Amino acid sequence: MSRVTLLALQVLVAVVCLALWQLLSTVPVFGKILLPPFFFSNPVDVFAQIVKWFSSGVIWKHLGITLTESILAFVIGSAGGVLIGFWFARQPLVAAVFDPYVKMVNALPRVVLAPIFALWLGLGIWSKVALGVTLVFFIVFFNVYQGVKEVSRTVLDNGRMLGMSERQLMQHVYWPSALSWMFSSLHTSVGFAVVGAVVGEYLGSAAGLGYLIQQAEGIFDVAGVFAGMFVLSAFVILIDFGVTLVERRLLVWRPTVDGRG
Amino acid sequence: MTTPTAVALEDAKVAFQLGDGRVYTAVEKANLTVGEGEFVAIVGPTGCGKSTLLNVAAGLLKPAAGSVKIFDQPLAGLNRDAGYLFQADALFPWKTALDNVAIGLEVSGTPRSEALPRAQKWLTSVGLGAFANRYPHMLSGGQRKRVALAQVLIRDPKILLMDEPFGPLDAQTRQVMGNLLLDLWNADRKAVLFVTHDLEEAIALADRVVIMSAGPSSRIIGDWRVSLPRPRDIFEVRLDKEFHALHREIWSVLKDEVMKGYAQSTQAAEAV
Repeated sequence: MSRVTLLALQVLVAVVCLALWQLLSTVPVFGKILLPPFFFSNPVDVFAQIVKWFSSGVIWKHLGITLTESILAFVIGSAGGVLIGFWFARQPLVAAVFDPYVKMVNALPRVVLAPIFALWLGLGIWSKVALGVTLVFFIVFFNVYQGVKEVSRTVLDNGRMLGMSERQLMQHVYWPSALSWMFSSLHTSVGFAVVGAVVGEYLGSAAGLGYLIQQAEGIFDVAGVFAGMFVLSAFVILIDFGVTLVERRLLVWRPTVDGRG
Repeated sequence: MTTPTAVALEDAKVAFQLGDGRVYTAVEKANLTVGEGEFVAIVGPTGCGKSTLLNVAAGLLKPAAGSVKIFDQPLAGLNRDAGYLFQADALFPWKTALDNVAIGLEVSGTPRSEALPRAQKWLTSVGLGAFANRYPHMLSGGQRKRVALAQVLIRDPKILLMDEPFGPLDAQTRQVMGNLLLDLWNADRKAVLFVTHDLEEAIALADRVVIMSAGPSSRIIGDWRVSLPRPRDIFEVRLDKEFHALHREIWSVLKDEVMKGYAQSTQAAEAV
């Protein structure tokens, strides 16, 4: 299938879905509207709401806040995950001692932490960043831990035979290996950073996409909820696209960067 | 002829502690010397501990008994005079071919600006001058071996340890690599300890062929001098009468060990 046909089919799916939505929510079938506007709104209203947000410029502030929170959560969570993952992998004793606690914290559904973070850190961005960090940290931590532990025995021996000191082994073997595992989980961890930010905002904040959706919901403005969801999806897709670009650049040495091939 | 010895294993015994507390003796009382500038090949059936012996010479493994001497000095820790060519892929997958070769110099403190041109020269001499910017996964198995060879040789080690380095390659590539190795070796005649299960390859390359018995507790059971003239061409030397005579002679000893090794491995499989 050529690219053009594929793209056409993809667009067709969206068009059909939107058309159905519009029809079923405005035109009665057998005297009854199947998608009552109160619960489902309609695409035209949702689109109008999105246009209004962008033309008035309100949305930029909220997008900016969510983006800042996501980036902070990602950076702090990743840095922590890399450092602790590295440390645990190189110190099996430390890893063994902390193992049950790591499992326990990781098993906890992170959403229940949101009220505590709100209590500790207030309603500003830091309570959302903290929630995102708890999500990102564990993904990166487990990947880096695995990456350092699973460095090929032969590659390590080769490094030693080439005369590498422990410090040089770190720099040329363990570190690149750990980073490559971290990057392979980049899509997931960036996604979770956004989830942390939005969920945090939804549960209590004064700005951000989650706040926008929560506000619309509060006044039964279904069009606003859907509009918020669409903007959020587009936002995540854009970020994901950026991640793909970064990944291509950083993992050129990998046989399969995108899981294909 | 008494050349100084580069590697000397004296009554070296290698044993491993098994999970259930028993001790598995891989190699029993091995005595082996490699003279300076001498090319020695170790041949033996699968699982006879020939790679184990090589790891002892490299200092990656400590013998349970006996001693290892490198240039008449007892070996403590890793063998710093040796370059090691592994059977499996040992290149750093995140470095380009050029960086993989240059790292051999960089670890010992050579500045990068000096290491890179020398690495490029080595890549050219193994026939990969145009592949400097490729990552290992973009190279074929044979090309990766060439990079690995350059990576080891750029450090100019006095001893070369090779663990079935061409094992994973196809038959033609092996012969090409063998000739490349001989050419490079001829230039400065390092001491070489070359492990292989391929007797023909061993005779074609080496000055001496050492045969090991089937494991466990394998021993060295034969030592033949190969007096085929050098420089040799691997393709040609196989047609030589002397080559055939020697091959027949060594094979008559090796055959029994191969059968024994095979019988043991099938028994072990049945026991499981």
